[in-house]
Amino acid sequence: MTTIADPKAPRPSRPGPTRRTTHGNTELYWWVFMRVSGVVLVALIFGHLFVNLVAGEGINAIDFGFVAGKWASPFWQIWDLLMLWLAMLHGTNGVRTIIGDYAEKDSTRLVLTSALYLASVIVIVLGTLVIFTFDPCPPNSPADLLPSFCTA
Amino acid sequence: MWSWVAHRITGFAIFFFLLVHVLDTSLVRVSPEAYNDVIGTYKNPIMGLGEAGLVLAIVFHAFNGLRIILVDFWWQGTRYQRVMLWVVMGLVVVTMAGFLPRHLMHVFGGE
Repeated sequence: MTTIADPKAPRPSRPGPTRRTTHGNTELYWWVFMRVSGVVLVALIFGHLFVNLVAGEGINAIDFGFVAGKWASPFWQIWDLLMLWLAMLHGTNGVRTIIGDYAEKDSTRLVLTSALYLASVIVIVLGTLVIFTFDPCPPNSPADLLPSFCTA
Repeated sequence: MWSWVAHRITGFAIFFFLLVHVLDTSLVRVSPEAYNDVIGTYKNPIMGLGEAGLVLAIVFHAFNGLRIILVDFWWQGTRYQRVMLWVVMGLVVVTMAGFLPRHLMHVFGGE
């Protein structure tokens, strides 16, 4: 005959993640960030889509001169910079969550998240440099491809 | 449940477009010709339909994201989460009804 364990007997603590294996409140901060950046991104991206795809001739108007015209103003530089950083961080954290949910092997998860972080850093750094080192009137370029203010 | 799946799929897809989009925009730093060549491919009809799909994904992700925020922070949020999903669907339809004709006209040369 088997006996059931004394329910009041001391038990070893439950296995699994404990407070020690997490990193403070990092996950909470990311949770908040997703919501705050989400609201801001709705405004930034809807504005971006309206100006680039709906207003005027829509997508047909987009060329080098169009981009140069926008980035001549600090307003659109800041707009695009903010959009780049928020969208990349929001997206990177989202994909990190997805990887964490579906990649069960530690090694797979490590490879995928490393590739993700590498790609994100490259894109954020590249995008930021492009916005701030952009030359709207590069020398030796045909004038008809450049914004009108280059020849003025 | 399905809105949760759709939120993941659209978010994942948008992220990969974003990576490509930053790279193609970076061509402005190479030369006007390089940028115009690549951005020109966005103007062909097949890509035009792809952009319509992309905007649909963005619009859904945006409105459903706002719904998630309301479920999380509004005290009546969980009670109305189902109604809010229908509101999201309605807003997606209305937004696309405003966007699609205009974009397709640009892409297919209606004017």
